[in-house]
Amino acid sequence: MAEDLNWAIGGEAGDGIDSTGKIFAQALSRAGRHVFTSKDFASRIRGGYTAYKIRTSTEQVQSVVDRLDILVALTQRTIDENLDELHDQSAVIYDGERSWEAEYPDHITGVDVPLKSLAEEAGGAIMRNIVALGAACEITNFSIENLDEALEKRFGSKGEKIVENNKKAARLGQEYVAENYDLDVDYDLDETDNDYVLLNGDEAIGMGAIAAGCRFYAGYPITPATDVMEYLTGRIDEFGGHVVQAEDELSAINMALGAARAGARSMTATSGPGIDLMTETFGLVATSETPLVIVDVMRSGPSTGMPTKQEQGDLNMTLYGGHGEIPRFVVAPTSIDECFWKTVEAFNYAEKYQTPVYLVADLALAVTEQTFPPETFDMDEVEVDRGKVVDDDTVGEWLDEEGRFRAHANTEDGVSPRAFPGTIDGAHMSTGLEHDELGRRTEDTNVRIEQVDKRNRKVETAREQEDWDYREFGDPDADSLVISWGSNEGAMREAIDLLEERGVDVRFLSVPYIFPRPDLTDDIEAAEDVIVVECNATGQFADLIEHDVLQRVQRINKYDGVRFKADELADDIEATLATEANAQ
Amino acid sequence: MSSDVKFTDFKSDKQPTWCPGCGDFGTMNGMMKALANTGNDPDNTFVVAGIGCSGKIGTYMHSYALHGVHGRALPVGTGVKFANPDLEVMVAGGDGDGYSIGAGHFVHAVRRNPDITYVVMDNRIYGLTKGQASPTSRQDFETSTTPEGPKQPPVNPLALALASGATFIAQSFSSDALRHAEIIEQAIEHDGFGFVNVFSPCVTFNDVDTYDYFRDSLVDLQEEDHDPTDYQSAKEKILEGDKEYMGVIWQDEESVPYHETHGVTENMADIPDGAADGTMDLVREFY
Repeated sequence: MAEDLNWAIGGEAGDGIDSTGKIFAQALSRAGRHVFTSKDFASRIRGGYTAYKIRTSTEQVQSVVDRLDILVALTQRTIDENLDELHDQSAVIYDGERSWEAEYPDHITGVDVPLKSLAEEAGGAIMRNIVALGAACEITNFSIENLDEALEKRFGSKGEKIVENNKKAARLGQEYVAENYDLDVDYDLDETDNDYVLLNGDEAIGMGAIAAGCRFYAGYPITPATDVMEYLTGRIDEFGGHVVQAEDELSAINMALGAARAGARSMTATSGPGIDLMTETFGLVATSETPLVIVDVMRSGPSTGMPTKQEQGDLNMTLYGGHGEIPRFVVAPTSIDECFWKTVEAFNYAEKYQTPVYLVADLALAVTEQTFPPETFDMDEVEVDRGKVVDDDTVGEWLDEEGRFRAHANTEDGVSPRAFPGTIDGAHMSTGLEHDELGRRTEDTNVRIEQVDKRNRKVETAREQEDWDYREFGDPDADSLVISWGSNEGAMREAIDLLEERGVDVRFLSVPYIFPRPDLTDDIEAAEDVIVVECNATGQFADLIEHDVLQRVQRINKYDGVRFKADELADDIEATLATEANAQ
Repeated sequence: MSSDVKFTDFKSDKQPTWCPGCGDFGTMNGMMKALANTGNDPDNTFVVAGIGCSGKIGTYMHSYALHGVHGRALPVGTGVKFANPDLEVMVAGGDGDGYSIGAGHFVHAVRRNPDITYVVMDNRIYGLTKGQASPTSRQDFETSTTPEGPKQPPVNPLALALASGATFIAQSFSSDALRHAEIIEQAIEHDGFGFVNVFSPCVTFNDVDTYDYFRDSLVDLQEEDHDPTDYQSAKEKILEGDKEYMGVIWQDEESVPYHETHGVTENMADIPDGAADGTMDLVREFY
């Protein structure tokens, strides 16, 4: 059977779905297998359907597919929700002793394991999910010793006894299946000697922030960005930093602004509704030329929308949000490892150009975990560029004839000198009002034009100085060009392979820079068909591209709250290309 | 810090555009005197203000400063102090800024107890928008937007601070130059959030809460032998509401400022050229 296994556990929120899935994912990762997880959860603390899915292979995996091989079902709804993904080699593990008779189609294999009884035998009913993991190990011929390390990691702080009980629970599950079932379904989860780390996008953003020298974070909890704050809490302190849970998003961005003006690399993270609130101060951040990284982990909008569902609907807001005209950068990582590296870049852009940088991620990136070789996050590769910071010795070059610091000096590249508070003779005012070189309010028409041009000029400088590139996959000579941004990259990369098997060659550009962004004119002109793939209804990125190249493009939009799946995407692209061909 | 700093060193060369006779002149002079008297200089001082007449203060003073958006000055000042606890941080705002749009931030800044000084220039009116009711306007104070008065009681900022767990509460009067500077000095020297509500009369739009009114009605707590460390007495004075007081009303001598409670002591501007030592451990954690 294929090396590629799709496993899931589902039940009600509060059933320990998340932690059980995580334990299995870690066990697979420790066994040197690639892991890609996805979560299906509702916006409630208890009850409702929730699932944790794992795709694992000895090859790299970077998307979900429409196939489920092993399903641990704690409720009937778990089976019902996944019916179309179950096939004749699928097994459903359930507990027939509970007060439900699992209903599943004939073609799949039901594995009835008394999860609760066996858990009680091991020391407590709470471990029933661990019994199920043991059962899954037996079905997949996966060595149960791999679970032990993950159980130690999870329960180590609760004492040796708890760890031992859990190990026992897993073994009881394994033995029960071995003794009572002679299964037709056949999986072999090979192990490798590779070492992998397993992390999600929010964690990668937090880790990238610390690596980049971020020392101050203020935020307000919001799905799906909260993991960033939870990651930084405690960890950032070890590097001399601090996290504040602010009273609201308005306070969060203003605290972050204050810390940035004091010289700290500073960040806040939120989701769309929080960006709405922060937009008031966003203009101030830009006009006062304060370096700040603002993370928007998008979810389904507008308004409260679907807080736990995927969407890429905030692009226009991050590009255009705020009154007046605001120079800003918008960077959107396309994979979990890029969440790390783009965060590092974001801090450098913010400080080199003294401007706010939106780091735009989406729910699918934020909550998905994926394995990477640890050297993917090689800290020696991290560069810190603080830009034009002056100190006691160099501040003199930037004083006017009366000894006043020209904090907003009208320079050729648009970037002014920056003096951290405490710098002797660097004292100056900054403001959201239009101001002169000294930071003092003005309504002088010439100064107004000079300062607006100066601030906008740094975007031009950045366009020239930085490499606003894209990531390219697929057949470089293909006539069909697919473009996307954000988390779609993973599914798209697998879709390329599926399409190739069907004889459809595509060239794929994954664009991590929204503003400034790469010039795609030549790529588009060289292609016969151009399709832009994104998780929103109106095609916000497609609009930008059409505007750039003055040419219509095809669009694949998904806005049901669910991320793209590789096979679904392959079908959509094939269908779009066929429609296009018929139209010609 | 240099010892020979004069209060005029905190003055910028920009002429204030406040109305002649505005209480904000006196409020600002007292702030500058207090900063100089407590051994600060412009290079280690950060002044934050929001919008409105009070918000202009950073322009007229010389120091590191940020003139922010309406009502959000306290979070900015808090962030500055967290990032560099060595800085002297002073936040100024008006009654609208502090008790209306920024009321939520006020409550939370108070309970965090950062070591900053918060000066509210309270004139009980919206001046820069030309005379509308503010959250401290009297219930029967007639304005363009409240022709019969706001018909709701004013906010009691001292009670709001006390209920939020303030460690320093004072009230001052901008035209009593000597006492005003003294009170701000005490707020600066307080280890924690030094809150001073300053009566700073608006001579253009408020003909009720005038200089004469405050001169006649203010009771100086010094003359009453009030002990500011006596919580009960402070509480009674704040809540009884029939007198307007000047002076330090409440000071918690045990106050520990936020940065000490939370061990936030480093200047966060100091970071290495690349990822800090030990960051590879962050990766290993994900094994």
